[in-house]
Amino acid sequence: MQQPTYYEEVLRKGYSRRDFLKFATMMAAFMGLEGTAIGQVAKALETRRRLPVIWLHFQECTCCSESFIRSSHPIVADILLDQISLDYTETLMAASGFQAEAAMRDTIKRYNGEYILCVEGSVPMEADGVYCMIGGKTAMQVLEEAAEGAKAIIAWGSCACSGCVQAAKPNPTSATPIHKLVKGKPIIKVPGCPPIGEVMAGVIVHLVTFDRIPELDNLGRPKAFYSKRVHDTCYRRPFYDAGLYVESFDDENAKKGYCLYKMGCKGPVTYNACGVTKWNGGTSFPIQSGHGCIGCSEENYWDNGRLYERASSFAGFGIESTADKIGAIALGATTAALLGHAVMTNVRKHKMIYDLEEEGRADEQQLNAEP
Amino acid sequence: MSKRIVVDPVTRIEGHLRIEAEISDGRIKDAYSSGTMVRLLEEILRGRDPRDAWAFVGRVCGVCTSIHSLTSVRTVEDALGIVIPPNAELVRNIMDCALFMHDHVVHFYHLHAMDWVDVVNALKADPKKTSEIAQSISHWPKSSPGYFSDLQARIKKFVDSGQLGIFSNGYWGHPAYKLPAEINLIGLAHYLEALEWQKEIVKVQAIFGGKNPHPNYLVGGMACSIGLDDVSGINAERLALVEQLLHEGKTFIEQVYLPDLKAIASYYKDWGAIGGGLGNYMVYGDLPFNGYRDPASYKFPSGVILNKDLSKVLDVDLRKDDEVQEFVTHSWYDYAEGDQKGLHPWVGESKVRYTGPKPPFQFLDTEQKYSYIKTPRWKGHAMEVGPLARVLVGYARGREEYKEAVDGLLKDLDVPVTALFSTLGRTAARGLEASLVSRWGLDFYYQLISNIKSGDTRMANMEKFNPDTWPAKALGVGHAEAPRGALAHWINIDSGRIANYQLVVPTTWNASPRDASGQLSAYESALIGTPVIDENQPLEILRTVHSFDPCLACAVHLYDEQGSPISRISVVGD
Repeated sequence: MQQPTYYEEVLRKGYSRRDFLKFATMMAAFMGLEGTAIGQVAKALETRRRLPVIWLHFQECTCCSESFIRSSHPIVADILLDQISLDYTETLMAASGFQAEAAMRDTIKRYNGEYILCVEGSVPMEADGVYCMIGGKTAMQVLEEAAEGAKAIIAWGSCACSGCVQAAKPNPTSATPIHKLVKGKPIIKVPGCPPIGEVMAGVIVHLVTFDRIPELDNLGRPKAFYSKRVHDTCYRRPFYDAGLYVESFDDENAKKGYCLYKMGCKGPVTYNACGVTKWNGGTSFPIQSGHGCIGCSEENYWDNGRLYERASSFAGFGIESTADKIGAIALGATTAALLGHAVMTNVRKHKMIYDLEEEGRADEQQLNAEP
Repeated sequence: MSKRIVVDPVTRIEGHLRIEAEISDGRIKDAYSSGTMVRLLEEILRGRDPRDAWAFVGRVCGVCTSIHSLTSVRTVEDALGIVIPPNAELVRNIMDCALFMHDHVVHFYHLHAMDWVDVVNALKADPKKTSEIAQSISHWPKSSPGYFSDLQARIKKFVDSGQLGIFSNGYWGHPAYKLPAEINLIGLAHYLEALEWQKEIVKVQAIFGGKNPHPNYLVGGMACSIGLDDVSGINAERLALVEQLLHEGKTFIEQVYLPDLKAIASYYKDWGAIGGGLGNYMVYGDLPFNGYRDPASYKFPSGVILNKDLSKVLDVDLRKDDEVQEFVTHSWYDYAEGDQKGLHPWVGESKVRYTGPKPPFQFLDTEQKYSYIKTPRWKGHAMEVGPLARVLVGYARGREEYKEAVDGLLKDLDVPVTALFSTLGRTAARGLEASLVSRWGLDFYYQLISNIKSGDTRMANMEKFNPDTWPAKALGVGHAEAPRGALAHWINIDSGRIANYQLVVPTTWNASPRDASGQLSAYESALIGTPVIDENQPLEILRTVHSFDPCLACAVHLYDEQGSPISRISVVGD
């Protein structure tokens, strides 16, 4: 019997050609390839041995695992049955207790240097690590054991990338991200609370299909998903440019889908794929559903201002001083004046973005600094 | 001569749970439940904007995602006297129904099923016979012999690869597995189908809350404005998608989940007499049909049942300082006035101090403190919370929908009502509840449509959103029914900031260690008497523990780790 291709599998499962192309296009974009990469993707998916994966859970809420299983392309059942061998994950694995630990030890030994280590959660370093213990060991002891023979490490979500909520001030357990604890291993950071499911699946598929790590930015994040600001990919951006804002939740402007900047939207200082990939199979994303971005993929976002406080002036925009002015102008302005303003701000922003990209400045702190 | 065994990590749950059990003559004589991770979020919340609290506490749990955020906005609205528009109530309810549908299905298939379904044994099934059985229990269309033989071939290839992945080292072939191979194959098929389905129902939360897990909430209502004449708002297209998703969810629960549950349960009726435990059940109530402030309209009525006595339902008051109290006698915390006393959450204090063995260790010292989970009590009683509690309270309160569902199931399985007080009862109640909730989700949806049709498009009440409008001091309490049971938050607001925030969550009730008087909590109590055929493969422990659907990140959420005494807050205000 001939083995069906990934594409045939997808069709057999009732997914459309459009779904498949969406996935393939994403992967092609990932690699900077043209549409011809589709064949390569499909072939790799059907012939390789499943990639061994150990998925650890430390200080976390399991939202990353939950997001992962929500991936629409590929669907998680196919990832688990055809692409990876998820040999240890406390969320889904059948075995418990020492049989679970044995499964992990077995993979560490048998696939030394070949398995991928996924980490969900931060590691508490306070009080000799007793704030997170698994099988009688501290999280740090478990991490050291599993990291040693890993080919690469994926830091899932903001907990593993920057400590997330438990690392918010005063970080009482000294919740520590993975890159500060493991040295000498490639680490792919996939921040977000949680990261988008399709982004997580995309990172896994990239590793399986191309047998190498996706290109990362200078903070260690896959460029494919974290090189654009939510603000720059937001469909409400034209309202921002035109100075049209929601002034209070559920006001007339909210019903018209105006910009949420004044409601505290952190889109201007947040790098993520929400505006393009969107959430839950492309259903929506926070701004589309009327709430500002809370900046969950940015380091220390819990301490970067309150939720409903406007993002303070962000790189080169000088926005804090002008938002009200723009709003005031917009209210009484003629269409011509509005358009003129929009064109001006766009030119200014495009130059600024271009400059920052040229300088390779993706770090948020640097971005927040005035040039 | 008893032997102590340890199950750590307990997998297929949320978070980090450890069970130690004393086994003698093939039965559990004593059991200890320990939460082994803590994040101390309460300390982090202090001093922050109360309007932001929903986002922080939402991150307590990504499995029962949204429920802490919902409870939090209710808590802050209670403190500030904010009444939200009916549409916002309905949207919150619809999102909540989607959560329950998702959570219960995922629990049954992905967290619990492998305690009853032997995956490897499914390879021995006859696809034709499997098809006949599947078609005899349900109209679900994916039931042809070809469907099952394709699946079997796929699983065979998977097993032959030698890489068993998530199925590695399961207790396959354990004598406590009782299902025929054909039902094992149906279970496995639906494991995979449910994995595909679950990503759909959560889209309901994404439509209103922007994303899932961790959708957005708003103090004062919801941020998703109704804008029938704009592409950005909740318009006819968005609403149509919600309706479709709710319908599809209801169909999956009725045609897949419930028939599977009944088919599997009919082979495990002996578990209707195992794992009962406390016999005390508590519900705070939720899913208001006429607003959160009208408890009589709750689809989940509140109440307490003691000693399995269904003839009497007592009332719960979360504001009274002698009802809900937390103890730390066996938890790794110190109370200023000693560890024997219980404290109401509004005056709650906690200073974490780990006194357990130095890791790596083999056993906990269970005579002393042995968990990061505190021990809550209601008027001194240990309580079980969760779907079984809700179904029993609804049943005991004589609600027709509950009676119909419960009596129907008991008749189908041919078991007495007392079989509900068990591991099987807990698992069955979750399925009945999922079915009820899937109907209510549509009821709430049609009510929302009818409101909009009559011209009411309000989604948020922003009158008191500005902190300038708040009193200097305010106390609030908010509650919800989480998929795992009764949930409440308590807040103290001082000068526009959080002075204290406390959560007492379902798994705190169920998974806590014993209290000052040595009373066991729900897990520990339910495990006692459970048979364990093979102490190296304690499948039976997993069955009972999983029947509660543990959520440890919720149970061990918070707590102040700094040595400084926490400001004591008076219940009556000062």
